[in-house]
Amino acid sequence: MAAVATSTAPSGSSTTKPHPPITILKRSRADIPVSQNKFLKKTARGKVLNILRERYVRDDIPCGFEGCTLCNEFPGFRSVLPAQGYSQQKKYGGGEGHWLVIDTNIVLHQMDLLTALPISLPLIIPSTTIRETRHRSLPLYNRLQQLIQDEERCIWVWWNEERRETATLPKESEDGAKEGINDKNDRAIRQTLHFYPEHLAASTSKAPKLVLLTDDRRNREVADAEGLAAVSAREYVDGMIGEDRERLVDLVVGGVDEVSTAEKKGKRIYQDYLPQDTLTAGVKTGRFHQGHFNANQYNYLEGTVNVPGLNKPVLLVGREAMNRSVNGDVVIVEILPESQWKAPGSEVVDQDLALRDDDADDDESPGLAEKEKQKAKEEKMDVDQATKRKPQAVLPTGRVVGVVKRNWRAYVCHIDRSSLSDAALTSLSQQTVFATPLSTSLPRIRLRTRQAPQLLDQKILVTIDSWSINSRYPDGHFVRALGKVESKEAEQESLLLEYEVPYRPFGRAILGCLPVEGDKWVVPPKSAENLAWRDREDLRDLLICSIDPPGCQDIDDALHARKLPNGNIEAGVHIADVSHFVHPDNPMDSEAASRGTTVYLVDKRIDMLPALLGTNLCSLRPFVERLAFSVIWELDQDANIVKVRFVKSVIASKEAFTYEAAQVRKDNKSLKDPLTDSIRLLNHLAIKLKAARMRAGALSLSSPELKIHLNSSESAEPIDVEQKEQRETNSLVEEFMLLANISVAAKIQETFPATAVLRRHCPPPKTNFEALQDILQKRKNMTLDVSSSGALAASLDACVDPKEPEFNTLVRIMATRCMLSAEYFCSGSVSKETYGHYGLASPIYTHFTSPIRRYADVLAHRQLAAAINYTPLHPSLQSKSHVEKTLNVVNKRHRLAQMAGRASVEFYVGLALKARGAKTGQGDGGSREEAFVIRTFKNGLAVFVSKLGLEGLITFAKDTHDFDAENYTINVPTANGDKVGISVFDKITVDISIEKDVNTQRGKVKMVMVSPVNSELLQTHKPVP
Amino acid sequence: MSSSRLEILNDGGLRHDARRPYELRSTSFALSTQSNAEGSSTVTQGLTTIAVSVYGPREPRSRANASHDRAVISVEVGVVPWAQGGGGGMKRTRGDKRLQEIGAAIRQTFEPVIMTHLYPRSEIAIHVQVLSADGGILPTSINATTLALISAGISLTDYVTSISIGLHLTQPLLDLSQPEESDLPSLVVASLPSSGKITLAQMETRLHVDRFQEMMDLGVEACKVLKDEMEGVVKEKTRKIVERMDVRGVAVEEQ
Repeated sequence: MAAVATSTAPSGSSTTKPHPPITILKRSRADIPVSQNKFLKKTARGKVLNILRERYVRDDIPCGFEGCTLCNEFPGFRSVLPAQGYSQQKKYGGGEGHWLVIDTNIVLHQMDLLTALPISLPLIIPSTTIRETRHRSLPLYNRLQQLIQDEERCIWVWWNEERRETATLPKESEDGAKEGINDKNDRAIRQTLHFYPEHLAASTSKAPKLVLLTDDRRNREVADAEGLAAVSAREYVDGMIGEDRERLVDLVVGGVDEVSTAEKKGKRIYQDYLPQDTLTAGVKTGRFHQGHFNANQYNYLEGTVNVPGLNKPVLLVGREAMNRSVNGDVVIVEILPESQWKAPGSEVVDQDLALRDDDADDDESPGLAEKEKQKAKEEKMDVDQATKRKPQAVLPTGRVVGVVKRNWRAYVCHIDRSSLSDAALTSLSQQTVFATPLSTSLPRIRLRTRQAPQLLDQKILVTIDSWSINSRYPDGHFVRALGKVESKEAEQESLLLEYEVPYRPFGRAILGCLPVEGDKWVVPPKSAENLAWRDREDLRDLLICSIDPPGCQDIDDALHARKLPNGNIEAGVHIADVSHFVHPDNPMDSEAASRGTTVYLVDKRIDMLPALLGTNLCSLRPFVERLAFSVIWELDQDANIVKVRFVKSVIASKEAFTYEAAQVRKDNKSLKDPLTDSIRLLNHLAIKLKAARMRAGALSLSSPELKIHLNSSESAEPIDVEQKEQRETNSLVEEFMLLANISVAAKIQETFPATAVLRRHCPPPKTNFEALQDILQKRKNMTLDVSSSGALAASLDACVDPKEPEFNTLVRIMATRCMLSAEYFCSGSVSKETYGHYGLASPIYTHFTSPIRRYADVLAHRQLAAAINYTPLHPSLQSKSHVEKTLNVVNKRHRLAQMAGRASVEFYVGLALKARGAKTGQGDGGSREEAFVIRTFKNGLAVFVSKLGLEGLITFAKDTHDFDAENYTINVPTANGDKVGISVFDKITVDISIEKDVNTQRGKVKMVMVSPVNSELLQTHKPVP
Repeated sequence: MSSSRLEILNDGGLRHDARRPYELRSTSFALSTQSNAEGSSTVTQGLTTIAVSVYGPREPRSRANASHDRAVISVEVGVVPWAQGGGGGMKRTRGDKRLQEIGAAIRQTFEPVIMTHLYPRSEIAIHVQVLSADGGILPTSINATTLALISAGISLTDYVTSISIGLHLTQPLLDLSQPEESDLPSLVVASLPSSGKITLAQMETRLHVDRFQEMMDLGVEACKVLKDEMEGVVKEKTRKIVERMDVRGVAVEEQ
């Protein structure tokens, strides 16, 4: 950059945006050595390419120091680094304090520590660190980005490779050996520490010291030799002053002592993973298979991997076969020879019980190994028998030979009390304990902490750091405490964390995208030149109303209907015009895209959009004018569509009904006002629409839906639980929403065949129903025709037991579980034949009607607006890959949100049961309910209490009963010695209570069968004397 | 695949080679680098180096191509086998379709600019040789051809300069390198900087129509910057020649 040729001032034409001058970046002769970056690269095909890339070094990279006189003119300069550095540290606290420079291994291994560091600690992150992190781990890179973007912290990104003084070249040592990439990066980072003091000397005489934080011992040694200050994470945190030290000391991962203990124990429990090359080659040749690892939540020693190419999942039996994989990891498995193939075990093996004696400090407790071996042997016999009897249940078995991608994140755990000695309960020394994750499909995590006694009754967040071959359990570290067990705050937060729901309040940048008027915003007065009114239809005079559940604040839909002079009926669905407020590619939009959906918990709602939009400006509240996107049909008397049009509009809702109020109004014969008439008209059409849909073969499925009565909105103590009631008006709204979604789907698919945002529900593979069909056939002599959705609907209707009115619902619930879940997709990424929605029996479908709470709907709105030439389509929505990527996130969020919602209901059902128990005076809570058996195990039953929507397990001692797997029956001895058979679909009576597991502090629903046999007498685990 | 991990524009507003969006790569223009041609030039932009030789105006090699009232222009493009800088893996030989296309683009760009009516019944042959390639072959070739034509003393109505413009999200980037070119939608603009007229606009990728105007305007502006740079080189070269001629004149006077 010796000379810069500058353009004459931008030409006066008003079309161009103002931009920095266009310049030619001239390279001086002195820069030539650093100007080229040469490296070798191996392609996927194994070819080696010699790649040469150009690079420039600059003088205008700002240093970020608030008092810098040299850099403050450079583009991108912000004053971030304070003149007074951090001084709450024993060793580096003197004088002007210090700034910290971090190394890549700190980001890779101490991310939790980094995020927890005091906000006022100035941090310099060299670009080498960022690049290396990006190369090594994308999730960590994203977390690092989040950290950097946090404006409250003093974090400065130093583009060291771009700045002339700190740019580095690969160096050759004297003997001609090339310097490794890691050494080069370390050197680049150290160069930063050399640069800053010199640079700062120009602006200030008293600059803070720079300290390199690194866990690489060699790097520290070299830094010391060069006269730099370098410190390891453990040492640094240890030297901190005040309460920060207490807070941070547990977050430090690993450390010198831990590594040495792992090396000391030589005994291998697991096989090493194969090298990466072998794995990729193996997958390519078909010798290995790749897939997601799913742990079995009933049996901790078993897991499955669904792999492409096999129509059955691969079964992994035992620790060695699972080889350190954790639920959700992408693993590579090797299939074992066919002679070793097995059927999955039919026994419940609870990790907490089976391994409760395991010592956290020691991997080789002999008793355990014996027990497990014993169990394995028994298991093998059972499986062999099952295999002989039921050849179709045999699954290919395999073992994990490598892990492609870890799905490790922070897990919500409890400290296992039994892993703590009595003496340890009061001690503050560091000790090793077990943390038991909430989810039963995860292994226990070994944890080193100094604050074990305080954490005992807490829910805590723990991440897995590593899992070495000679450790039975993964090693993790403590992240933070969420609160006391069973306190509502802790449970709620743990729920949100467990299902990865982003629940942080909206940031400043996001709130900055809201209209400046705030809640004073109103639809501007109608005039030709007003932008909001451009191409908008004025529907304010129409009799529009909304029908929603009681207490609904985010009203996204409203309806109207009226008779037309030609005898047809005009019906309209009006959806909140969210896309008017949420513009593509701004912070609010990206936040909504990453949240994907609003999450509804029993007493809390985690919004996708800021509340101002969701519950006010977009919400189609009554008596105010709102912007809407309307779908308006002309329907004939039989609800056939004559015409459909889509238009942006302005509406004024005349009333917001609850389902109940609308129903009452419709049924009240004395009311003759036009609004009531329009509801009747809508209802009339909805009945026709539903009938047509059912004729086409739509399924009416069932999943238990519960309503929790809360005491009051503040205390949120649940009092009771009941099943949700379905009214005619529910179905009214549903039918019109379906119709709107289908119409919109057809329109956007036609206009944007490659990138339309659609939703589909694939027909389930027939094999999914095999088990249910077999049970129905054997137990009830009923058949299930799964050839098409219509046939399935018909045969589900036929599954009626006159004595048991709830039986049909139960079968529907079980059938629903056999199906695949619906998903969003981009129309260009799958073939047109697979667009169909199986459950709705519609050839095409999308989500359009709830843009306030679902992001896919926002995309559909944008596409529809472009399809009617209201706005041009944003380029991102024309890129297939972008739409696919967005929808993948939305799909995942949607699934997790559903699970979080369900878990929240479950938690409250537990609380309600407790409350009910307290009322009836049964002490720890309990209630007697009827339940259906839905699955039989060798040593127990899985039952479903339809009244509470609750599933539970009942286990028996092994020796007193026999199990008939063929007929799904378990024969249990009664008190007088006879045997009673209990089979799937049988109705039994159970006592439900909440039991707190002593070890894990986990509130567990405990079910005890009271009739026909009292299972208390058949418990597997008798109290140990 | 090679560029999936390449950050096109990082948070510091820097591109993968540490340029900012509106900065062009380092350029070097050299005139009359080949003595056996009437005019020649070697232009380097970043790691892309292109040598152009101009022969003519001369008698056409084949009568069939001749025109009675103007000169015909023929363009040939060749790539040296080692010109694979930047890892593009470009393997092109003479007669390759892509090279022919680049040749045709150059010919069409210059046909309206060269005052062909001054050279009736003759031919102007332009030989373009790509010595190393790291993105922007066509714009660099056009810049080199302009200089070669000037050095051959062929009458032009104006300089022709050219630049490639890419689009990353909504941010236009000027003068793309090879890895950027393979990742981004791009546009090549050649214009007559004095009048701002456009003689070539070429796209091989889809580009959103809303962004097109902005990029085009930017391209024209960047062409002006390039022209100033070129003009400086041409004038300097001319000054030196004049100086050398003057030396004798001055010496004569002194005697």
